Amino acid sequence: MAATKEEIVAGLAEIVNEIAGIPVEDVQPEKSFTDDLDVDSLSMVEVVVAAEERFGVKIPDDDVKGLKTVGDAVDYIINHQD
Amino acid sequence: MNATHHPVVVTGIGATTPLGGDSASTWEGLVAGRSGVKALEQEWAAELPVRIAASVAVEPSEILPRPQARKLDRSAQFALIAAREAWADAGYEGKAGENGLVDPDRLGAVVASGIGGVTTLLDQYDVLREKGPRRVSPHTVPMLMPNSPAANVGLDLGAQAGVHTPVSACASGAEAIGYAVEMIRTGRADVVVAGGSEAAIHPLPIAAFANMMALSKSERAPEEVSRPFDKTRDGFVLGEGAGIIVLESAEHAAKRGAKVYCEVLGQGLSADAHHITQPEPTGRGIAAALQNLLESTDLDPAELVHANAHATSTPLGDVGEIKALRKVLGADLDHIAISATKSMTGHLLGGAGGVETVATVLALYHRTAPPTLNLDELDEEVDADIVRGQARPLGEGRIAALNNSFGFGGHNVVLAFRTV
Repeated sequence: MAATKEEIVAGLAEIVNEIAGIPVEDVQPEKSFTDDLDVDSLSMVEVVVAAEERFGVKIPDDDVKGLKTVGDAVDYIINHQD
Repeated sequence: MNATHHPVVVTGIGATTPLGGDSASTWEGLVAGRSGVKALEQEWAAELPVRIAASVAVEPSEILPRPQARKLDRSAQFALIAAREAWADAGYEGKAGENGLVDPDRLGAVVASGIGGVTTLLDQYDVLREKGPRRVSPHTVPMLMPNSPAANVGLDLGAQAGVHTPVSACASGAEAIGYAVEMIRTGRADVVVAGGSEAAIHPLPIAAFANMMALSKSERAPEEVSRPFDKTRDGFVLGEGAGIIVLESAEHAAKRGAKVYCEVLGQGLSADAHHITQPEPTGRGIAAALQNLLESTDLDPAELVHANAHATSTPLGDVGEIKALRKVLGADLDHIAISATKSMTGHLLGGAGGVETVATVLALYHRTAPPTLNLDELDEEVDADIVRGQARPLGEGRIAALNNSFGFGGHNVVLAFRTV
């Protein structure tokens, strides 16, 4: 069953918390991974791999560049999950 | 050549070792003659031919925030902890340039590791095999590269004069200190943070060192296995940790009114060209390194009262080292109190030269030579004054000390320090 937008935000918040140590409540759709959440390009790969696993999507490397904010990632996952 | 017209001094020290999470607790353990060697409780150790090691007393996870720690190999975690202690001890805070005490382009970092991020490499290979290539951490390369401890220390402190990583197995840490001295003497930097770090307590390195017959397979109680210079020694005990110091031109230290532990007189280097791992039995290479040191500094052998020996507790190595010292120093060896601190810390490989430099600096500063543990019966080929039983006072006036480090590959490094 597909995850809802709220579930995806909450899931990404847990992932970002695990990887970058940012409090879950600070991980909001408008936040930029690099500028606001201390996720550098290498850590972004970790976020992507964890999100793929959690939400059952494939996010090719070329598409990762387009995921600037948490909201971008949420939309991508909603549009690509089964 | 006399290079001491540009004196270099030690202004800060830091360590995380099997005896303690900082240099003070490490020194306390060394003076008390406490062993950091313990049985390995990990499940993976059960099948190994050697099931003891000297693990750090304080896990880095208790100190570093988790998001930072997970991007650092254990060797870089140790280095960062020791470097920050040394940096603060030297009276610096924040990054270079932030407090006006040293310019970033006048600060260097030279931190060595003997075998680099070996646990990262092996753990990620396990991930590759068990979970597939997609799950291999994107941090793997910056974690496993041998310059990772140096690079992370340099980043943390803002060192822009140069960041370097000498690699010479178990001599690496001492080579790093020597390199730092040269950086300051040649005018490339005013301040250099230098030392060594190692984190190789993992089944593969243990099996490999055991199979080459370098590790002791003794069935004694763990704290009794590392026994340099004892007649029954039969190999080293693997240790882990880091030792790092802040070196500074005497002029720069004086200008900012820094506390000075001692002077670093310089280094003597040589290579055995004898065998890839076996020490040269007569100590020819070690003697050459010491001779080079004496010729390139104003060290007066009459001032030498202490030496932190490389002495890993192997049958050949310990004897060759003493033969070399006797050959070069003659009767001057008789007034040198020799300590083999690996009897307590185990052998930290590329971290050894760093931790033993911290021990040597503190021995001069506190005028005390740590004891050598487990020296029940002195090998009759060891014709020297080994400090055994209890720590020993080192006397008054201007005194000097040596710190020896040798590595697989035939690398020999002798460092010299003197009170100011």
